[in-house]
Amino acid sequence: MKPTPSKLLITNGRLIDAGGERSADVRIADGVVAEIGVGLLSSDGEQVVNAAGMVVCPGFVDLHVHLREPGREEAETIETGSRGAALGGFTAIVAMPNTDPTQDSVGVIEFVRQQGERAGLCEVLPSGSITIGRKGETLTPFAELAAAGVRLFTDDGNGVQDPQLMRRAYEYASDLGITMAQHCEVERLTEGAVMHEGSCCSHLGLPGWPSLAEELMVHRDIELVRLTGAPAHFLHLSTAGSVELVRKAKADGLAVTAEATPHHISLTDELLTSYSALYKVTPPLRTMGDIEAIREGLRDGTIDAIATDHAPHVSESKELPLDQAPPGMLGLETALGVSIAHLNMPLVDIVAALSWKPAEIAGVADRHGRPIEVGEPANLTVFDPAEEWEVVPGQLASKSRNTPFVGVALTGRVKHTIFNGEAVVLDGVAQK
Amino acid sequence: MSRSLLSISELGEPGLRRLLSIADHMAEVNRRANPKVPALRGKTVCNLFFEDSTRTRLSFETAAKRLSADTMNFAVSQSSLNKGESLRDTVETIAAMGVDAFVIRHGSSGAPWQLSSWTTASVINAGDGWHAHPTQALLDMYTVRTTLNRLEGFDGLRVAMVGDIKHSRVARSTTEAFKMLGADVTWVAPRTLLPPSHKEHVVAHLDEVIDDIDILYLLRMQKERMNEALVPHLREYTTRFGLTPERAARLGDHVLVMHPGPMNRGVEMAVDPSELPGNVINQQVTNGINVRMAVLFDLLGSGSENSLAGSPEA
Repeated sequence: MKPTPSKLLITNGRLIDAGGERSADVRIADGVVAEIGVGLLSSDGEQVVNAAGMVVCPGFVDLHVHLREPGREEAETIETGSRGAALGGFTAIVAMPNTDPTQDSVGVIEFVRQQGERAGLCEVLPSGSITIGRKGETLTPFAELAAAGVRLFTDDGNGVQDPQLMRRAYEYASDLGITMAQHCEVERLTEGAVMHEGSCCSHLGLPGWPSLAEELMVHRDIELVRLTGAPAHFLHLSTAGSVELVRKAKADGLAVTAEATPHHISLTDELLTSYSALYKVTPPLRTMGDIEAIREGLRDGTIDAIATDHAPHVSESKELPLDQAPPGMLGLETALGVSIAHLNMPLVDIVAALSWKPAEIAGVADRHGRPIEVGEPANLTVFDPAEEWEVVPGQLASKSRNTPFVGVALTGRVKHTIFNGEAVVLDGVAQK
Repeated sequence: MSRSLLSISELGEPGLRRLLSIADHMAEVNRRANPKVPALRGKTVCNLFFEDSTRTRLSFETAAKRLSADTMNFAVSQSSLNKGESLRDTVETIAAMGVDAFVIRHGSSGAPWQLSSWTTASVINAGDGWHAHPTQALLDMYTVRTTLNRLEGFDGLRVAMVGDIKHSRVARSTTEAFKMLGADVTWVAPRTLLPPSHKEHVVAHLDEVIDDIDILYLLRMQKERMNEALVPHLREYTTRFGLTPERAARLGDHVLVMHPGPMNRGVEMAVDPSELPGNVINQQVTNGINVRMAVLFDLLGSGSENSLAGSPEA
């Protein structure tokens, strides 16, 4: 492994951050932005990256990643997932707690964080589960986990079904500076469900997952936020009705945020006519009308963040019949390309939804999604916003191959990722 | 890539008509004293049944044997299948033994499509989940066609299909085939037993249509649906949707009564079907052999009708 230069000069880039756009060179040294200017000269031992035609922006932050370690290392490890994240331009990722054991104790949280530090490719932020073992019965020790640095709590994979328990969770959380992140699914309405409930599932003879199952819980949790004053974050919104509910809640001034995935802004339920489990995901792929509503939600700010819900599964599990195959799709390395190709939005707004807005929700806005200014931590992404490409599953860094984006035109590709001042990705190649 | 029979929609109207014509030849074979021909000698057909189905499996096995094909049976109940066991590995192993066609019955919608992507053998869908059962549709069409002598098509025929449409692969495939041949199909069911989002050609009470039909197609009402709150009580189901003596009396003599079997006597069939003038339920079973022979012959045969003549034994 070659030594990474401690000094780096990024020249001729188009800088995009929360403050707007400008063209400049950026010098990085000792983990921070050391100098910004035009026509900066490289010094000895400094690596120069020519970013002409490219965007230089704060590193991306993914609120929703399944790293599978501990417990399902055959599908992904924290190291391979971190590598995929770095290649996708992410400098921080939130690790979902549906591991084995569950991320419901300080010991497991510390393990995940340390594995992330050992990989050293991005910052791995463990989330905590809301309930012990994600069983929906007993609350986890929120304050202990918060003291260990956990900011987001979720039972992702499941929604918390019991409204009384969820009310207590919001109430107890309201003193601790933490956020409940809800996977919205009323499970009695989705038993055996394989795909979106609509005309397509009727034709295919597959049990349907009604939009109502998501919207009922979005509504319940909005009302719990109104009641308790605690903040809520809504994971992977997938229906037009959910977007409208969150839009109204924000108009009422409630402390709610929301994310949407790249696949829910680009792929419809009709892909299931192939009966390929690559297109099985929770919540399911929906209709073009839902996709349009989610895009509009991102455009008008109702939906704050693009989050991948990166969910690796080994190939043999995705070859099971649809009703037995596990839900989930890879997303880290394709997020930018899908977003630019499928969102008719100014580039600065796409970067906002990938960087400083999720950084705020994850509680890492002190070090990620920062303005590109002298003295700021050097967590940066450099991407070509115009490159058109297609994903090749075998070339992904993930241990799994379950990308749904084969054959989908992608626009925009990450070239370099700088994490804590270190170029962890150069010219599209992971450096470790 | 071998040809397969996965669904009525993939078969298409020309294919449907072709198979019904071939079935006429098979019916002729089956009327012979020795109903066996050498058409598929040397071909191997593997029955891959992941769901219990004695009737359909026996029908396919009989059809294959009457065409002199060798048969293999791989029966595994869904419950004994390790969920982690790969269908792909199973299929690839059997295919490596040399199989010309797989007949697959699976509890999961779509499984035959997955199978067909892993093998070069022909795949015949013998029922997948709630989705499709194309040979049932073929035997139903063949039964109507021969009973009513409607060789040209079913224009103007009015069909009421009654019962649990939502969970029924028979309803989906047979409705599609009826429509393809020109019949009008009305689904008769409570909203809970209809596919979500389906609104057209639906009525909620059998009495609304019973005086204006040519074919009454009753579906099997599974008792467990009651536990899922899809119907409050089977007695109420029979009251609204069952063929009761009162309804049987209203039924015109010309009306064919069909059922894919097995029947729930006293539930959807609350009369003795043998007393109904239009009862063709046993013909459906007989015709199952004819159309399954037609499917196997069409997919695996030489295409020459000469092979339907002569003695099968070498």
